[in-house]
Amino acid sequence: MNTEEYISSGKLELYVAGLLSEKENIQIHNDAKQYPELNKEIEAIEASILALSKAASPTMADGSFTNIKNKLNLSAETKVVRLPKQKANWTAYTGWAAAVIISAGLFWMYTQNKALESQIQIVSQEKINLESQIENASNSLVASQSLLNTIRDKNISVVALGGQTVSPTSYAKAYWNKEEKKVHIDAKGLPEPPDGFVYQVWSLKLNPLTPTSLGLLKDFKVDENKIFAFANPNESEAFGITLEPAGGSKSPTLEQLYTLGVAST
Amino acid sequence: MQLETLVIQFQKKDPLAFEKLYNMYSENICGVINTIVKNSDLSQEICQDVFVKIWNNSDKYNSSKGRFFTWILNIARNAAIDEVRSKSYKNTKKNLSADYFVGILEDSNSLENKIDAIGIKKFLVHLKDKCVQIIELLYFKGYTQKEASEELDIPIGTVKTRNRSCISQLRKNVLN
Repeated sequence: MNTEEYISSGKLELYVAGLLSEKENIQIHNDAKQYPELNKEIEAIEASILALSKAASPTMADGSFTNIKNKLNLSAETKVVRLPKQKANWTAYTGWAAAVIISAGLFWMYTQNKALESQIQIVSQEKINLESQIENASNSLVASQSLLNTIRDKNISVVALGGQTVSPTSYAKAYWNKEEKKVHIDAKGLPEPPDGFVYQVWSLKLNPLTPTSLGLLKDFKVDENKIFAFANPNESEAFGITLEPAGGSKSPTLEQLYTLGVAST
Repeated sequence: MQLETLVIQFQKKDPLAFEKLYNMYSENICGVINTIVKNSDLSQEICQDVFVKIWNNSDKYNSSKGRFFTWILNIARNAAIDEVRSKSYKNTKKNLSADYFVGILEDSNSLENKIDAIGIKKFLVHLKDKCVQIIELLYFKGYTQKEASEELDIPIGTVKTRNRSCISQLRKNVLN
């Protein structure tokens, strides 16, 4: 075999380029085994292409083979399994934050609502109280007006009852309507009766002294305007008020005569 | 270690043999890819994929069919050409065949292609344009003789002889 001719044919260059047929490749492979100078030539051709292609190489990044080993799971040493960085899940955080805020808001609104409800209850209770107060006030106004009208009646004669020995500072007034046979006693000037005692009003005839009971000043302590109305069918000449044991007496206890006044004729 | 032994170890899935082969050929393979994609980062990315592929297909290599380097060279340029022809790449670099190896030399001044421009120029001294063209077509772009003859508009017999003389010149430059 003429190796010189073989070499100069240009086939070996194409062999390195990988451009020959399978048959030719096998042929050259076998020939190169047999003839070292052919093999040498092939290696020299390859070396020139290697040199050229190496010169065209980009600067290789460090650890490029490690990358490949990792891709192929070839690393002999214990692989450091990197935990994936926990990405902050902002949508979830925002969602939870919104949920917390909304629940807090709902709770706040619920307590506000409760407070308002109880306030409404208090206010409506107050309103009821005020309404009843107004009613009481207007009732008492009506009562006062009717009382005033009674006192202003032209048929009224006023009898001033002055304080007596037992209680010189006491006083009272009797408004006597002879036509209607009624008398109103204004007992504002009397002290509060002690427990177990009650004031009793008497109509008096002077000659001879004849007392007739008109009635008791019932609930004296409670009564606010201390004006008491009585029927008086008598031809009274004077009015007196005595302090009597609870329930009143049949005849006045003169020692306990608080006020006395004579009616003008 | 002999190349053949190394390749046999590699085919037996020996990671150490694989690493040695990687150290022997990675720069060449990445270089070939770079002449095609003309992008430093992208060529390294493809280069890694090529070596992954080589490992996964190691049983498909048969020394009787050619040199080991020729085998991985073929895989590399196919991967690079696939990338260039992919849709995303088409928009940026359309003309593959007309853009010769010399282009990367002119581009090499830019920082993106951090290649050894001085080294490569040394290899290309006295190398005519038609040599650069034919070497690139046959070795880096995987053109067949017929395709190269059409591309360069020369008879098919001339492809072989011109390639022979161009490689001879390159070998002289490499030795110097």
